Amino acid sequence: MTANTSELVEGLYNVGEPIADTKAPGGPIDKKWGQRKFDAALVNPANRRKLSVIVVGTGLAGGAASATLGEAGYHVKSFCYQDSPRRAHSIAAQGGINAAKNYKEDGDSIHRLFYDTVKGGDYRSRETNVYRLAEVSANIIDQCVAQGVPFAREYGGLLDNRSFGGVQVSRTFYARGQTGQQLLIGAYQALERQIAAGTVEAFTRHEMLELVIVDGRARGIIARNMVTGEIETHLADAVVLASGGYGNVFFLSTNAMGSNVTASWRAHRKGAYFANPCYTQIHPTCIPQSGAHQSKLTLMSESLRNDGRIWVPKDPADADKDPRQIPEEARDYYLERIYPSFGNLVPRDIASRAAKYQCDDGKGVGPAVEETDAEGNTRMVRRGVYLDFAEAISRLGKDAVAAKYGNLFDMYLRITGENPYEVPMRIYPAVHYTMGGLWVDYDLQSSIPGLFVAGEANFSDHGANRLGASALMQGLADGYFVLPNTIRDYLAKGPFDKVTTDNPEVTAAHKSVTDRVQQFLSIQGTRSVDSYHKELGAIMWEYCGMERTDAGLRKAIDLIRELRADFWKNVRVLGKNEQLNQSLEKAGRVADFLELGELMCIDALHRRESCGGHFRAESQTEDGEALRHDDEFAYVGAWEWGGENGAPVLHKEDLVYEAIEMKQRSYK
Amino acid sequence: MNLTLKIWRQEGPRAAGKLVTYQVKDISEDMSFLEMLDVLNEQLNDNGDEPIAFDSDCREGICGMCGLMISGSAHGPEKTTTCQLHMRSFSDGETITIEPWRAEAFPVVRDLVVDRGAFDRIIQAGGFISVNTGAAPEAHSVPVPKVKADRAFEAAECIGCGACVAACPNASGMLFMGAKITHLGELPQGQPERYSRVVDMVNQHDADGFGGCTNIGECSSACPKGIPLDVISTLNGDLRRSLARKA
Ligand SMILES: Cc1cc2nc3c(=O)[nH]c(=O)nc-3n(C[C@H](O)[C@H](O)[C@H](O)COP(=O)(O)OP(=O)(O)OC[C@H]3O[C@@H](n4cnc5c(N)ncnc54)[C@H](O)[C@@H]3O)c2cc1C
Ligand code: SF4
Ligand code: FES
Repeated sequence: MTANTSELVEGLYNVGEPIADTKAPGGPIDKKWGQRKFDAALVNPANRRKLSVIVVGTGLAGGAASATLGEAGYHVKSFCYQDSPRRAHSIAAQGGINAAKNYKEDGDSIHRLFYDTVKGGDYRSRETNVYRLAEVSANIIDQCVAQGVPFAREYGGLLDNRSFGGVQVSRTFYARGQTGQQLLIGAYQALERQIAAGTVEAFTRHEMLELVIVDGRARGIIARNMVTGEIETHLADAVVLASGGYGNVFFLSTNAMGSNVTASWRAHRKGAYFANPCYTQIHPTCIPQSGAHQSKLTLMSESLRNDGRIWVPKDPADADKDPRQIPEEARDYYLERIYPSFGNLVPRDIASRAAKYQCDDGKGVGPAVEETDAEGNTRMVRRGVYLDFAEAISRLGKDAVAAKYGNLFDMYLRITGENPYEVPMRIYPAVHYTMGGLWVDYDLQSSIPGLFVAGEANFSDHGANRLGASALMQGLADGYFVLPNTIRDYLAKGPFDKVTTDNPEVTAAHKSVTDRVQQFLSIQGTRSVDSYHKELGAIMWEYCGMERTDAGLRKAIDLIRELRADFWKNVRVLGKNEQLNQSLEKAGRVADFLELGELMCIDALHRRESCGGHFRAESQTEDGEALRHDDEFAYVGAWEWGGENGAPVLHKEDLVYEAIEMKQRSYK
Repeated sequence: MNLTLKIWRQEGPRAAGKLVTYQVKDISEDMSFLEMLDVLNEQLNDNGDEPIAFDSDCREGICGMCGLMISGSAHGPEKTTTCQLHMRSFSDGETITIEPWRAEAFPVVRDLVVDRGAFDRIIQAGGFISVNTGAAPEAHSVPVPKVKADRAFEAAECIGCGACVAACPNASGMLFMGAKITHLGELPQGQPERYSRVVDMVNQHDADGFGGCTNIGECSSACPKGIPLDVISTLNGDLRRSLARKA
């Protein structure tokens, strides 16, 4: 690890040596992946059985990786915290998955998918990784269809596509509003097939709580059996983290309740760099919050923006009126007005911010909620805009609209008690996806040898913003096609020295987990874990959410430090370790979020530009659009753990664009 | 609204369990059923009592992790998952009984949490199409008629929650299994293994202690995804044909 090489910057962090990806081969971009696969060393089938890989996570990335590595003949151990791999958070994805198949002959190609993704990410992703993603995208569809994933089809029996936010071609494959479920079931079935074949061993209701490093290489994990409380040691030749995103740091998000940062954060504390932690995607079409009791927010697929029109009343006095009584001329279809060429289909960051501004200006609809600003002043604001299907229903007919979006409409009705066939839906942005994650090279290897990171848990492909339908694509690309090829190059360097459970580095990792569990149980304070989580979430949303300022971020850092200190004095976790103990599980996750939250704010503070989902109020154009500063910030910010109570160290990876020219994004 | 809750508490798999009565106040009708339990759990924790263990993850009705017997019905009075059941379905002053899924194949882990690992074992027995990664043909080389694709999709909507088993007097897993057999059996890709699949899955189902189907239909009416009863006929048809082939 690099020594700190600079004075403390702003009293918060140090700057370390620059880093770079050294794995992507030279040559033209469309030849790189083929070359890398060819260069990667082979492992003879008879030796594969002797090599073992731990995969944490059974979502699209982890499920696909475990199944594929098992098929190849490696010995795989697969972990998830749910009771079955089929329940991983990927299951919740509604909208669809992109692939450059050009089935519609509308001008799509690998290069265009690549271009759209880099541009959509506001030129903050790594070009080589994104190109490869576009390149393997078509294979994903073939693979899933062969597994029996029931994608939507046209009458002739061929696959149907639709278009999604931020692009002008139809390249999104979907299975009604349940694309994630159907893709995950495909990967899950492939995984179960390998479990039956004995190549994969499954550990459900197991939570990884520590990474084991021996002689500088990742060699295993310490996991808690969530049913018996046993703290188990699992060793292997390589470790893959596919543990998903960390949006739950905001408490209210569209993520599953158990989604957490623990696996990544524990690896970060052991030396894995955490890249671009402040890049959060805010999704524009969620159901607005209804009250303080709420445990999560629900996303409505963004495919709704294909037919739904977004508007607010021009006159704030109309907010309480029945929207159907507000005449056309009194409505402001603000996206169609400001962004005529993309209209309601502008990318997520733009749609989200535009909705926020309308509400900030007092034009929001729905119940007014009390809000406190950074100076402690309170005011009542309505946080909702209309998503209206009246025109689509009159154009296409109610049945056609129901066939396309029926399950989403039912879901909306169930949650809000309002019927969207009759009254426009109300939507508001919510935290949805995190583009930041552990830093990886072209091989998806982290800064710790032998530790690979896939899916939402890594940082590489989406830059500062993620286009719709591209996370599912990335998860499956990583799991089915990329990792199995790159990990073999690493494993071929083996056999590595045999590690046993009595190795001092292993026993120390085991002991640190046991001690931490005992610490949670012995604090015996007065406040519940959830109450800390909610308070952290409120700080993050207010100061590190859709819009950020220098002063706000500094304030947030102080608030988080205070909250963290209080947590370790006053948290109350009842029960014991040797049983299913959900408060104990949450305590470990929230403790990690309390550290990550601070790093997110430091990252956001240092990046003095507006970029994708990260809008810095100090950096905007004259008409209020995000203003990037490529001259100063065209790099990945990869953070090294600075030690307990130490300052984190920033390593910069310059983003080099050879195949694409950096441009200011415009959707006008 | 204010409610009286009678909740099954059970320390662990081998401990004896019992119903314990709790009161909750000021429940809003916009809360989901699980958010109402969150409120109760905060209250318990504040009083120094251990919170009630229950499963949930997505809270969007799609992961299949949640599932409670609510006053005798699987997932409660409406056709939805427990996480998507809202308190507007109940009235002020009501007494609600909350228990875990009851089935021999689903042992209780703690309080309201059960072990549904038997469902994974049924899938391991044959609920997949054997295709190795990278070996797949171009997707458009095998067209699938829309009608078949739609029927496969409907069956594939099963979220594996286990309500069908909990609702069935015989604790049969036939609706869950029939859904998978129908999903894969409707597609051209699923044909080569069609007849071995059904036999292997049914054997595993019986070995795991699920009961047989006697056509009562409680499963389908409790199913939050509306999996139709006729997937069981498809399963039985495939099973008959596979036995005939062997004979
Ligand atoms: C509501 C919603 C809708 C979405 N819609 C779309 C869409 O239409 N298109 C699209 O492309 N993307 C969509 N996304 C984003 C996409 O679903 C996710 O980014 C993606 O599925 C993440 O996959 P993953 O495999 O990386 O991780 P996940 O699916 O999140 O899986 C994480 C896995 O890690 C395990 N895990 C985590 N921590 C631990 C630990 N400490 N120990 C053991 N196991 C652990 C979990 O058990 C789980 O198995 C949506 C997301 C949401 C929330
Ligand atoms: S068939 Fe219905 S009730 Fe049974 S597991 Fe599937 S979704 Fe749940
Ligand atoms: S929590 Fe996922 S279906 Fe209820």
